[in-house]
Amino acid sequence: MRLARRFSAGYAEQDGVSPVGTTETVASTTNLKTSFEAGRSGPDVRSDLRVVFEPRQTSGIEIELQSRVAPYYGDSIRAQVQGVLAELGIDHARIAIQDEGALPFVISARIEAAVRRAGLGQGRRALPESVPLPPPSARDRLRRSRLYLPGSEPKYFINAGLHAPDAIILDLEDAVHPAEKDAARILVRNALRAVDFGAAERMVRINQLPLGYEDLEEVVPEAPDLVLVPKVEDAEQILAVEERVKEIAARCQIDRPIWLMAILESALGIENALAIASASERMVAMSIGLEDYTADLGVVKTAEGRESIYARTRLVNAAHAARIQASDSVYSDVGDMEGLGRWAESARALGFEGMGCLHPLQIPVIHQAFAPAQAEIEKALKIVAAFEEAQQRGLGVVSLGSKMIDPPVVQRALKLVERARQMGLLRSGKTSTTESLDTT
Amino acid sequence: MTNGFELVTNAAGRVVPAEVNGRKQVAFPGVGKHQPQGSKAAPPIHSAGDYPANGDKRVPDLEIALRKCGLRDGMTISNHHHLRDGDAVALMALETAARMGIRDLMWFPSASFPAQAGVIELMEAGVVHHIEGSMNGPLGDYCSQGKMRGMGVLRSHGGRWQAIQDGEVHIDIAVIAAPTADAFGNATGSLGKSACGSLGFALADSMYADHVIVVTDNLVPFPCVPWQIQGNNVDYVVEVPSIGDPAKIVSGTTQITRSPDRLKIAEHVARFIRDVGIMRDGFSFQAGAGGIALAFVDYLRCMMKEAGVKARFVRGGSTRYLVELLREGLADYILDGQTFDLAGVESMARDPRHIATSPFTSYNYNGKGFFNQLVDVVVLGATEVDTHFNANVVTHSDGRLLHGIGGWQNCLFAGCTILAVPSFRDRIPVIVDEVTTLTGPGEMIDVVATERGIAINPLRQDLLDRVKGSPLPIRRIEDIQREVERICGGKPQRPRLGQNPVAVVKWVDGTVLDTVWQAVF
Repeated sequence: MRLARRFSAGYAEQDGVSPVGTTETVASTTNLKTSFEAGRSGPDVRSDLRVVFEPRQTSGIEIELQSRVAPYYGDSIRAQVQGVLAELGIDHARIAIQDEGALPFVISARIEAAVRRAGLGQGRRALPESVPLPPPSARDRLRRSRLYLPGSEPKYFINAGLHAPDAIILDLEDAVHPAEKDAARILVRNALRAVDFGAAERMVRINQLPLGYEDLEEVVPEAPDLVLVPKVEDAEQILAVEERVKEIAARCQIDRPIWLMAILESALGIENALAIASASERMVAMSIGLEDYTADLGVVKTAEGRESIYARTRLVNAAHAARIQASDSVYSDVGDMEGLGRWAESARALGFEGMGCLHPLQIPVIHQAFAPAQAEIEKALKIVAAFEEAQQRGLGVVSLGSKMIDPPVVQRALKLVERARQMGLLRSGKTSTTESLDTT
Repeated sequence: MTNGFELVTNAAGRVVPAEVNGRKQVAFPGVGKHQPQGSKAAPPIHSAGDYPANGDKRVPDLEIALRKCGLRDGMTISNHHHLRDGDAVALMALETAARMGIRDLMWFPSASFPAQAGVIELMEAGVVHHIEGSMNGPLGDYCSQGKMRGMGVLRSHGGRWQAIQDGEVHIDIAVIAAPTADAFGNATGSLGKSACGSLGFALADSMYADHVIVVTDNLVPFPCVPWQIQGNNVDYVVEVPSIGDPAKIVSGTTQITRSPDRLKIAEHVARFIRDVGIMRDGFSFQAGAGGIALAFVDYLRCMMKEAGVKARFVRGGSTRYLVELLREGLADYILDGQTFDLAGVESMARDPRHIATSPFTSYNYNGKGFFNQLVDVVVLGATEVDTHFNANVVTHSDGRLLHGIGGWQNCLFAGCTILAVPSFRDRIPVIVDEVTTLTGPGEMIDVVATERGIAINPLRQDLLDRVKGSPLPIRRIEDIQREVERICGGKPQRPRLGQNPVAVVKWVDGTVLDTVWQAVF
């Protein structure tokens, strides 16, 4: 619940609502239970709904609908309820809905969750209409900011892409109450199909295995771009996830990459960083979870982070050794933009290429911090130009003025220019020599 | 004919009643087409001989004042909303009338607030016949359900002045809540424990009503300066322990929204104003006190600083954000119609560059011009806007009364009108095929800025040209509508509206722009 709490302090303006107590529904599977609930409603809830599902033996489908949008979408909601129940193979039931302006993909997900909690609809899915998939994600794409979205809070999904993070993370792990894992999984699956996240890479953070297997079963068929694996301590865990992803992707004929990113959150994980980073071809990035890591060490997590400097540099080194990206933890004080900027700049200086964020307002600050300075870009452009000139003239040695340039310096400059181009800091040209600094 | 109402279709294609509360109406003939005739109304001549020779107009209580003003059945009583939801005077006046056994009053507030929900009982009891003025919350529902005996009349702040000066509404007794006054009747809103800033909404009433009563909880020895209401127009002064709840009169501090989606809208608006070149030295703007508007001011302030640009004047609804602009030298003047927070009240009381204005100077269309014509850009809200940029601010999409017009219509006369709205609220798209209630003709609305993009009215080719090359997400309004309808699961059903008109929306010149139909709950 750590993440969820931070979200209600930051992203949500007035979100004093806790997840509905469906524990009872989940825990009691006795025959006495006649109704099954999913979702949330109430004056402070937006974009969600509460479904109460009562299976029956006869007399068809009875719908009771209360909705603040009933004058506009009442007919549409009723038709959708009929359609979803039919897809789930339910012929007789009473279903009561208290809707708070939920979008269609949420309505389907909540009904499906309630039906499954009743032990029905097994092996069936009520999938919402899908938006076109974005282009496949490149292994080395920009991953400066990845925005965490609690997997049980649909209201945060809808406009997340508008804030232009490099990635969004639909989080099934820490942000979701244990009693809500089943429903969140369905909601996240529907979001992957129905929500346009813009240019953001679509990531899902699964739970630790074995619970994570159930998450994979639900979400991998919807082709997320990347699966974040939490609390990784050894390479075996990555291999286990990879194997399952591969198996489901093959079964569902997914012909686009689904990358993996490991989060190391313990002393042991840090010690095994290189093995984890090199465990799989699908591994593209590695990150650190500082809350759990500092807890594991029994030290206090501070704003300047001296206690985790070893772990962070070790992780950066291992990631680079395995030729994958190192990504930093989140900065949890969403009100402190200056502190965030300082943290992100120091992360970049250590060799991280991005970090997590908990609030959309953190995104521009992070992008700014991870952007190379104009002087850096200018210098790199000169080096690249000198390198290309030397190539053309067949010279083995690159020199700038009277100064010899070592090959690693050339490599770094090439990489920096490429990144600057991806960040939109350069006017695009066919070759790097025609590029110039975009100062507009 | 529907239930005795003769209906006509106006130039905007809206069906409106030909007669409202016994008075013949002019159907909206198009923007700028109505030519008023005749002279302004005027109150009867009073002479100093009828008032105390020592200028002390105090009477012991409101009942005596109302009796002395000759209150009787069927009269019109006016009140004002400068104390907003903290106001106690309006209900005090009407309840006093009730105790006096008076019936069938027309209540003519400049706006009503939830604090005045008690007027429903007075309507049920027959004391109040109907309300002409903005209604929302419980009063709005009461009117929307068709329970009011007369028809509601919604006017802009400027339109209210116009209706009074043109004689369309005759005020028998104006009861003005005054945070500070002297015994002669001079009054100001800037001082006192119930200080609220400007008393501009009460100014027309003080000039045109037959009788004027000032009610205050801070009586000072003559002279009360600077007076916003002139004692020369006042009949009686009543001292009471409290005119309202200061905590609800102004907010301690107004807050910028923290919703990232709304901030995105505000940022779009500020960048638009900069990129099309409206933000230049000597420009002017107006923005209200809503979360998006405040955030917009803050973004614009940073851009003005960055560009070294200064505004000649800004129009409020003042808040601490406008006050900061003034103090930082980013604006020469605040011309303030309504003061929303303590910083605004204090600034108006102390800073001569922070000036109280009235609907006459700022908003009245039937005058020789008005200030808002001189404003370069205004940022407003709306509940709905259609693909021809026609907008609704008075009703929910299901037809229920939501809020008053305020200065909204009057602001449309600025150089550039921007509606800053989310593209949908709770699954309900804001961009629609046809607005439920027309409040502003599309030809007056230039830009609709949402979190998903900015749409420019095709009538403003100049703006379309000036925005070329800007990285802003400029889109056709139909494109944004289509995207939102996809997200929301199709076009919304048309809400069912009743057959009976319960209120009319006036245009700024007094013609009838649209009808609010009885809502089907």
